Amino acid sequence: MYTVKSVFEKEAREMRAVYCETLQQLARENDRIAVLDADLVGSSGTKPFFNEFPDRAIDCGIQENNMIGVAAGMSAAGMIPFAHSFGPFASRRCVDQIFISCAYAKLNVRIVGSDPGVTAAYNGGTHMPFEDMGALMSIPQITLLEPTDSVQLRWMIRQLEKEYGVYYIRMLRKNAVGVFEEGSDFELGKIARLKEGADVAIVCSGILVGEALKAAAALEAQGVSAAVLNAFTWKPLDAETLAEYAAKCGCVVTAENHNITGGLGAAVAASLARTRPVPVEMVGVNDEFGEVGTEDFLRKRFDLTADHIIRAAKAAIARK
Amino acid sequence: MEKNKELRVFAEEIRVETLKELANLGFGHIGGSMSVVELLAVLYGREMRIDPQNPQWEDRDKLVMSKGHAGPAVYATLALKGYFPREELLTLNQGGTHFPSHCDRLKTTGVDMTTGSLGQGISTACGLALGNRILGRNDAYVYLVLGDGECDEGQVWEGAAFAAHQMLDHLIAFVDLNKQQLDGSCDDVLYMGDMVDKFRSFGWFVQKVDGHNVDAIAEAIEQGKAQQDKPVMIVLDTVKGKGCRLAEETFPCHHMKFTPEQIAPSIAEAEAALEAARRA
Repeated sequence: MYTVKSVFEKEAREMRAVYCETLQQLARENDRIAVLDADLVGSSGTKPFFNEFPDRAIDCGIQENNMIGVAAGMSAAGMIPFAHSFGPFASRRCVDQIFISCAYAKLNVRIVGSDPGVTAAYNGGTHMPFEDMGALMSIPQITLLEPTDSVQLRWMIRQLEKEYGVYYIRMLRKNAVGVFEEGSDFELGKIARLKEGADVAIVCSGILVGEALKAAAALEAQGVSAAVLNAFTWKPLDAETLAEYAAKCGCVVTAENHNITGGLGAAVAASLARTRPVPVEMVGVNDEFGEVGTEDFLRKRFDLTADHIIRAAKAAIARK
Repeated sequence: MEKNKELRVFAEEIRVETLKELANLGFGHIGGSMSVVELLAVLYGREMRIDPQNPQWEDRDKLVMSKGHAGPAVYATLALKGYFPREELLTLNQGGTHFPSHCDRLKTTGVDMTTGSLGQGISTACGLALGNRILGRNDAYVYLVLGDGECDEGQVWEGAAFAAHQMLDHLIAFVDLNKQQLDGSCDDVLYMGDMVDKFRSFGWFVQKVDGHNVDAIAEAIEQGKAQQDKPVMIVLDTVKGKGCRLAEETFPCHHMKFTPEQIAPSIAEAEAALEAARRA
């Protein structure tokens, strides 16, 4: 079970530090855990793993396609590989390798794509994945995940040690807004209910979770009761909980640091169309490419703020 | 005259069974299936540590047929080794079959890796070899078959650098140098230079042999196993469509359609070659 914090602040530790530490803990008990990277060991924060387990830590060089195939082959030999690159290169660049060598072959691979959306900041449009989840969404049976904070990330990495399949983890490298109390656990494919509400349900992921919680508090002050749902599993989507809240609230807002097309908004709308059609408003990137800037600048530039969620909530309620 | 008579017989058996599979269907990747027959005979007839009764044995040697369109020849080989009844081969490419055009580890007992999107097999083979090394399976070899046309793919060269850098000396790879790809001759479609020089420059232990001589292939594999710290590349000089006159006389013969009447003389000739090998 998970517990939601009462105050939401930036965490003291970076997500990548928790990622590496968790992998080290697992690897001490499990000699099948391996880490691969494509010349981004420094960026992914896995240097301590490379130091502690040099035989199971592979820097593949700048060759993401080969890295994904190597990870697939290692899993066929019985290993549990975690392969990282920046989001666009771990996903978009490797769609065919993930499709054929991993998913179609039903192998056991975890792919980590870092710097989701605007968090790529100064690396700009080439490195700013608004499409990583969308690029992988149509691969059958793949699981797409976006951890919210370090508590959820730690749970996720531990959980993935036990699972079998192909998993893409869209991971913030830097400090997340802490949402969950230490020791929380979750269920893959199940929405985490952060706040109950009756007038609108906000379905959010990644860095938009903090914005959604801010928006919900502001809406509450204006007499609007907003539920906040953390869809950290984009695929398979939790259709049951979505339908439950669509029925209860009568309208939905989605909020994602990703292109709405092929993203969470499109997936939620498609799900509700089949279960409980209600008005859906979508906060996210509107079919645009990324660009350079501070994260703060880019959040505003691409309409990814609490204010945008508040406006969308009011628009959704007005359409009921 | 080859010394390994039993491997020659096995090769001709594989050739006949592969042709029957394809004849039953009336079309298929005949050229690149025929050109790897001798290699498959040496691997499954002699070199590979396998147990057809225990196809998932963890310590077995594995084959990644990266040119996955040679599936029909692989299936014939596996049937002859007893992985499944030979009659099942005739379901090739029929709905619900265990024998699809391209190799699929989930569908066919004995197939070790799914392939078909060219260029990807070298990476999965590297991963298998690396995984084996990490897990201490020091006797297990991973065999990899690349097409020469396949070497157009950039991923092949990512894998080539990676295998050498990781010193994967239990990876034994082959390029089936049959000199044709789908649209014509490899040199005309995309000239790739000399495969021996290329792999050698990437740091591999490289040999080039007659890919239709079972003795030469077996000897090259033994040479490869005897050295350390480098992945092994054996470039097989082959003829696309080898041993099937219809294919040998058609250019290009990567994928062909044929009637039963057109293919029948080639099958008869292959059967005669098998008989001759048995009598030799």
